[in-house]
Amino acid sequence: MSDEAVEACDLRMRYGTHDVLDGIDFEIRTGEVVALLGPNGAGKTTTIEILEGFRARSAGRVTVLGTDPERGGEQWRARLGVVLQSWRDHHKWRVRELLQHLGRYYARYATPEFPRPWQTDELINLVGLSAQAGKRISNLSGGQRRRLDVAIGIVGRPELLFLDEPTAGFDPAARREFHELVHRLTDIERATVLLTTHDLAEAEKLADRVLVLAGGRIIADGSPDELALRMSAQAEVRWTVDGQRYVHPTDEATAFTRKLFAQYGESVEDLEVRRASLEDTYLALVEEYER
Amino acid sequence: MNGLRTARLGLARGGIELRQTFTNWPDLFAYLFFPVIQLVVLFLLRGHRVPGASFSLGSLTLPSAIGMGLAFGGIVGITAQLCSEREDGTLLRAKATPGGMAGYVIGKISYISAGSLVGLVGTLVIGLIAFPGVHLTVGGAATLVWVAALGLLATIPLGIVAGSVLPSPRFMPLVMLPFGGIAAISGIFYPITHLARWLQAVAQVFPVYWLGLGTRAALLPSNLASVEIDGAWRLPLVFLVLALWSLLGLALAPSVLRRMARHESGSRVAARRERAMLRAT
Repeated sequence: MSDEAVEACDLRMRYGTHDVLDGIDFEIRTGEVVALLGPNGAGKTTTIEILEGFRARSAGRVTVLGTDPERGGEQWRARLGVVLQSWRDHHKWRVRELLQHLGRYYARYATPEFPRPWQTDELINLVGLSAQAGKRISNLSGGQRRRLDVAIGIVGRPELLFLDEPTAGFDPAARREFHELVHRLTDIERATVLLTTHDLAEAEKLADRVLVLAGGRIIADGSPDELALRMSAQAEVRWTVDGQRYVHPTDEATAFTRKLFAQYGESVEDLEVRRASLEDTYLALVEEYER
Repeated sequence: MNGLRTARLGLARGGIELRQTFTNWPDLFAYLFFPVIQLVVLFLLRGHRVPGASFSLGSLTLPSAIGMGLAFGGIVGITAQLCSEREDGTLLRAKATPGGMAGYVIGKISYISAGSLVGLVGTLVIGLIAFPGVHLTVGGAATLVWVAALGLLATIPLGIVAGSVLPSPRFMPLVMLPFGGIAAISGIFYPITHLARWLQAVAQVFPVYWLGLGTRAALLPSNLASVEIDGAWRLPLVFLVLALWSLLGLALAPSVLRRMARHESGSRVAARRERAMLRAT
């Protein structure tokens, strides 16, 4: 088996005369968690839908789990998990009933390495819906519904999971719970994950690597730290001396701090050195691109 | 082997949805509403005579209503379900599941068929008890079985085509109104021989008339054929026309359905949802 879960080469998507994707190249290694970022209309959803096999590309070469998504059969489909933004389906069904039913479709694709489907009650427990297992889906809260969507996305123990803005509309507590769930998935199941998000903190927390898509091109590709370093070597140093607060931006934080101690010694208090956050980096990148 | 497993999953799906319909009040109410009203009206019409025959109009119409009910479920029922489940993402979910589309379609067909047959048996039992003249012989039962089976086969694929083509549930009137118009001229509520010749000709193009004729042939005394076209039940023609509609539907439905399914994607479902929300506010 190849090391690359996803490979895209000169991928293009054109609607009429408008190029939504203008020749993008990237790969996702097996076991990696990759976040796809970009302003609205940058082509994130188009990219994900092409990879999911839900949309035909205009040109380029794409392989997902070793198969061209446009030619992926049911066997290939069984190895993917898909969590979309706006699912309201099966609202008359009960939580356990639906997971049990959908899981049965995966049973014939079980392998020793990937026993399929996930045992229903274990899965319900994993996503924290045990108390709602017998409830009608229409009676779930927004956050519970989202966790059910994730459960359905992983019921077949996917080797590759697509998450399209998984925490849009979550309150902070629900978001944190969801992040923990994704960590559990990638730790226990070692699944490959591709997620889109608008929440930079979320990308920083979950992703091994970030792809920034703007204007139909990939304008950045790297770990959140690498991107921050690449964009700006600048850091902000804050400290207090004799009750007075100071802020100083610098390109050489280490040297500056050393000088600071040399000058004030013990009286330097509340020292903070802040690198540019992923959000700063991202906004700078997109702004630079749009200029 | 895989086909068999998918069929079993589809049947399980139909069974679960049928149970959901019969175990919650709003769905049960929606399911029973029209049949019950219809039965009450027909019951009140028992005293009226069929023109040209000394037979109760209520008893004449009850078997026709059974035939129309089958066509209604097959065409309008399936269309409504496909439309709304495309909008809420159920179809996309099926598409994201291995073998899910086949399971979904089999589930939908079995759900609608079972629902229609429950309605048929219910109406039939009430008819036999409360409507004098409605009767069931062994031969009539055999006729009823093949007419019902062929009727579902002739109408469900048409419903699948319509449900795949309609852009959203808002367009349901495009199916409901023509269906109502055709039912009105198909001799369901009144003997067709009392209509203008050209209307009779139009009605005989569509499956509703033939389904009603078939169910009347199965459940009414043979002398009542006198109020039909040509004064006969014309069962060979019932078979032929319904079979032709089945062939047409079966030829069209799979490719139309596949085409529709191919175009389903997350952004489409999201866009439809957005439009629906805009309308709601």
